[in-house]
Amino acid sequence: MRTISIILTLVIATPMATANEVVVAALSQNRISITANFDGSEIFLFGAVKRDTPPPPGDRLDIIATVAGPLEPVTVRRKTRRFGIWVNTQAVEVDLAPSFYSVAATNALSEILGDTEDLRHKISVDRMIRSVGAPSDIANAAEFTDALIRKRRAAGLYSSRLGRIDLTEDTLFKTRIALPANLVEGNYSVRIFLVRDKSVIDAHTTEIPVQKVGLGRWIYSLAHERPTTYGLLAVFLAVITGWLASVLFRRAS
Amino acid sequence: MQIYLPIAEVSVNALLLFGLGGAVGVLSGMFGVGGGFLMTPLLFLIGIPPAVAVATEANQIVASSFSGALAHYRRKTIDLHMGIVLLAGGLVGSVIGVEIFAWLRAVGQVELLVRVCFVLFLGVIGALMFVESLRAIRRARRPHRRKLHQHHWIHGLPFKMKFRASGLYISAIPPFLVGVSVGILAAIMGVGGGFIMVPAMIYLIGMPTKVVIGTSLFQIVFVTAFTTVLHASTNQTVDIALAVLLFIGGVLGAQIGTRIGLKLPAEQLRILLAILVLLVGAKLGADLLITPDDPFTIGERVIQ
Repeated sequence: MRTISIILTLVIATPMATANEVVVAALSQNRISITANFDGSEIFLFGAVKRDTPPPPGDRLDIIATVAGPLEPVTVRRKTRRFGIWVNTQAVEVDLAPSFYSVAATNALSEILGDTEDLRHKISVDRMIRSVGAPSDIANAAEFTDALIRKRRAAGLYSSRLGRIDLTEDTLFKTRIALPANLVEGNYSVRIFLVRDKSVIDAHTTEIPVQKVGLGRWIYSLAHERPTTYGLLAVFLAVITGWLASVLFRRAS
Repeated sequence: MQIYLPIAEVSVNALLLFGLGGAVGVLSGMFGVGGGFLMTPLLFLIGIPPAVAVATEANQIVASSFSGALAHYRRKTIDLHMGIVLLAGGLVGSVIGVEIFAWLRAVGQVELLVRVCFVLFLGVIGALMFVESLRAIRRARRPHRRKLHQHHWIHGLPFKMKFRASGLYISAIPPFLVGVSVGILAAIMGVGGGFIMVPAMIYLIGMPTKVVIGTSLFQIVFVTAFTTVLHASTNQTVDIALAVLLFIGGVLGAQIGTRIGLKLPAEQLRILLAILVLLVGAKLGADLLITPDDPFTIGERVIQ
């Protein structure tokens, strides 16, 4: 099964013209379904390094894999004390931050990836967020992005899993990326980077859609497509529940 | 048992929601309050996005207050005339409240103002009720004759109506205005408003405690139903899955609460409600004063 998938991805993969080492990869599933009892999931990611010539000796080869949720604007606010009470006084609008972000790599990022390469490909969590500007009236905008990262890390939405990719014989690699229960719908982009001598020599990008299914999907669609009907349905359900309870209790007493 | 809520987009424990609904339902039935002032902050606490929590809570209050109102209707402890006057005011108020809410949101201080509103109202009302019920209990111990009702300026207003169930012949203006202000506060604070309306009915309008709770529930059913539809059609923030879980716990709790409420003497019931209101107010007030663990907060996700 795995070999079939690898063969399939060999066909889909778009190699960089100049590189003689190319990364090919596939995911264990082609979509994530959020069911009513969804409690998190896991993506199994695997692939291989394809090369026409023998690998250059000496330099070590590393793999980095990232999974990013849909990008969305986020407002980070800071409270300060005004007249004795804590009030939101400052706000930084982070133009685009992924709702979910996970980086896995064969080693610590600082050891395997150069800063400029990180900046160019936006690989580490910090680079993914800091890639956008902050208003000029706030002196230490970095604190706000730090806070965003800290809070999302605590919620399990941002994670770094360094040293958690198994690379065999500099050719085959595999890893698992855990998805938390509080996942947002959308297309999640999966990127795999092939790194040699602190530079990215090839990259592979794919998308995995995360969608609600079943009753959840139906509720969500109705709420957005026929909002008034949905509101009336909500009230109707409430009234029925209230009435039923009242009748049942009257019988009981 | 985890369940993924389709609108809130978070996964929570279904039994926890059921339990919360039940506990708040008991209080709702006992005191004739919708319980929103307790449930909304609790939902924030378990990680429901505030916009979804406020809108869904309105929906849940419909269920619990409807069940409670039916029980009171059968016992004839609802003043329908008074309820309709309050309701008319409430609908006007909630439209005004939604406008104010939108304006506050544009200014960017909605969270603070909602909190300050809560602290002020809960504090003042809780304290007033507490003192008044203590006095009432003391009066009851030392029996002395009470006037049937006091006459003051309110009785000079026009549009007098007969409210038979309450035994009152007063102007419709004060109850209408009570309805309006409760409607405004309900829309801004995401609550049914019972904790404000109940004392207002007792102390401002002078209704007998016996019909206050049923009448308050009657008004809350309609105002929260209206708010639910308004939230659903403008913000798409009502989560039916979350609401249903809260309903089931809530309606059962409300029935139990109504029975407890009928057994307890009115003054004691009021002092309990006063203590509860003061506790919630103190908690919210403390949050404003105590240095937060983390001064940073992440704004709500914009739900497209």
